[in-house]
Amino acid sequence: MRRQVAIIGIGIEGLSPLSPEHSYREMIHAAAVRAYADAGIEPDDIDSAVTVAEDLFEGVSIFDEYTPDQLGVVLKPIHTIAGDSLQGLGAAALQIATGAFDIIVLEAHCKASNISDIGELETYALDPTWNRQLGYPAEALAGMEMARFLHDSGNTVEHCARVVVNNRSHALANPRGAFGGETSVDAVLGSHPEFAPLRAAEKAPAADGAIVLVLAGREAATAAGRRPVWIEGLSWSSDHAAIEARDLGRAGYCEQAAGRAFTMAGIDDPKSAFDFVEVDDRYAFKQLQHLEALGLCAAGESGPRTGDGDFGPGGALPVNPSGGSLGAGHLYDAAGLYKVAESVQQLRGDAGALQIADANRCLVQSWRGVPTATGGVAVLSNHHE
Amino acid sequence: MSKTGLRRVAAVGAGMTKFMRRALETPNELAYGATSAALESAEMTRQDIESVVIGTAPDAFDGIHMNGEYLTDGAGGLGLPTLRGYVGGGTGVFSVIQGWYMIASGVFDTCMVMCEEKMSPCQPHPQGAFVTIFDHTTERPLQPNLLWIFALEMNRYMSAYGINKRDIARVAVKNKHNALDHPAAQLGAEITVDDVLESEMMAWPVNRLDVSPTSDGAAAIILAAEGTAERITDKPVWIDGVGWALDTAYWATRDLAYPRYVETAARRAYDMAGIKEPRKEINIVEPYDPFTYKELHHLEGLLLADKGGAPQLAADGVLDRDGDMPSCPSGGLLGVGNPIAAAGLMKICELFWQLREEAGARQVPGQPKTGLAQAWGDLMQVGTVVVMRR
Repeated sequence: MRRQVAIIGIGIEGLSPLSPEHSYREMIHAAAVRAYADAGIEPDDIDSAVTVAEDLFEGVSIFDEYTPDQLGVVLKPIHTIAGDSLQGLGAAALQIATGAFDIIVLEAHCKASNISDIGELETYALDPTWNRQLGYPAEALAGMEMARFLHDSGNTVEHCARVVVNNRSHALANPRGAFGGETSVDAVLGSHPEFAPLRAAEKAPAADGAIVLVLAGREAATAAGRRPVWIEGLSWSSDHAAIEARDLGRAGYCEQAAGRAFTMAGIDDPKSAFDFVEVDDRYAFKQLQHLEALGLCAAGESGPRTGDGDFGPGGALPVNPSGGSLGAGHLYDAAGLYKVAESVQQLRGDAGALQIADANRCLVQSWRGVPTATGGVAVLSNHHE
Repeated sequence: MSKTGLRRVAAVGAGMTKFMRRALETPNELAYGATSAALESAEMTRQDIESVVIGTAPDAFDGIHMNGEYLTDGAGGLGLPTLRGYVGGGTGVFSVIQGWYMIASGVFDTCMVMCEEKMSPCQPHPQGAFVTIFDHTTERPLQPNLLWIFALEMNRYMSAYGINKRDIARVAVKNKHNALDHPAAQLGAEITVDDVLESEMMAWPVNRLDVSPTSDGAAAIILAAEGTAERITDKPVWIDGVGWALDTAYWATRDLAYPRYVETAARRAYDMAGIKEPRKEINIVEPYDPFTYKELHHLEGLLLADKGGAPQLAADGVLDRDGDMPSCPSGGLLGVGNPIAAAGLMKICELFWQLREEAGARQVPGQPKTGLAQAWGDLMQVGTVVVMRR
């Protein structure tokens, strides 16, 4: 990037399994007010805004119509990314990097409780010519991917169940987490199989929430009173959209995005580069698959190391200290931005009961869910030359 | 926006499919056709592309959730960072703004910008999908559609400035005439003002020939950074100014007589391009014309005509292809067709060809140096503006 970019404010509303008390616009407004106060800005200071949404998730066509008012950015440059929230982070960061904008607001939200059948929507994302009329739910892909990943890597269903136990346990200390709890490997493996070997308890439950970030270029980010968290590396990628062309055992999108993000951040050895990581855990096996795709451990190591406690809050590499999607709740395309917001609190030393000791640099990784092969990677740091 | 020190970005290739009412190709095949044509025009291959921008308007048209994911293969996005930005009808021109910031950031040197729309899968008519753009609590129960709200806006524009329907109908005559020279056009025709006024009344004061068609099609533009662009082509067309603005969602609170969001966007683009006197400096303009009155409305918002003064420009021939300020020399949405996002990008393609003097029978005389394309969308709410120079 031609210019250094930092996150200078965060606002989180939620997370909760239901939110009948307010609309998505009110949720966004609440998160924006917090983010602007955190950054010490007024709406007038904002040069541009990016929001993240997909029409059919919102139940509104051309959803970007309803984005400017609750963010206080009417008549500003504002656009919506129909994509992952780390793609949204890219859209905001790249605008600042051009030098034409100093302060940009980024918003992503999820009102999953408004959606009667998310699985039906995911299935509607299948290729209408080649896949959809075969009549299988898109989530069946997750079962196929899990089976292939376990077969190729040697990890086991017990390792996947351990991910659920760990993440839900982490979320108990997270005041924003909606699904913290104590469970066991046996309880997870006793839940009913949905798309074998994928079981019900290995799916992250949906939550409602809104995240607003304020981003700034170097000059504005280093102004007095600001506590910038720098974006050292950022990329995202799409592997084969055609399901038939994919290697179902691998997260190609994650490998591709990580390669570019690490190059941007100047990271040669990811294994020793991070004080903690927040990775996508929409399904328990995805956390293991993503840890290996990111090069944070060798193929087949992610499961055993999960069992050994290496990835716990006090372990060698804390993974999803927030509880991740399995523990805190899954925000779909906004999940990546929630993980960014939690990571900013860690890097500032503001994470309270979740705080990781000496947290100076971290990685956040996202995936858009079935049936996509798209996801992002961001490297964040609390200090910068 | 600070203007100094920005990395320059140029268009180096362009391509599009034919626009038509009902394409037999899948959306991905349309995308592949447009991107292949753009690569061929620039003598590039997919391996030369570092990033991809995908533009497509409501998923309800193509009938695919997360349509940007589906279109990744046809757009050439495999293994690359792709970004699908979204500002409703303004998306086509906005996609180039996204490509601009991808490259101007310094992260990428090349970007494929592809817009696709396939409205025909929406049965019995895509107008049905538009009911879902309205506020679910306050507006949708009224069962509004686009013709209905644009009739309100056209009526307000006419009554605010004392404009009659005959003045506005000339836009349809001009654009459908211009489209006869466009090989990809869907609705080129020689018609008269009376034909427009006598065509079926849709919602007063909008007649059928005041309205652009529903269409299937795709368009693509390849962008490259300064330093790279000159190695690809001897005739780069520079993206010198960009601007966009989104007004409040509560459209019923605004005066519909004037599109202030277009003016706001245009001022940003002029500022970045260093344009002080747009009426003298813009040689060729492609304003968004989904309805006849919108072309005039937008010329005013772009500060290229006085408020209420654009109809006189049409009457005086100023907007004709050989006039002082050719407007929609492509044939516009009214003539070439309106596959929403692709129609906006078609306007950028037209500027690319016109400013390189490659527009064939459509070529505007006088070696135009500076062009402007604009699109509009959402609830009469968004303006997207790009200024290009050779």
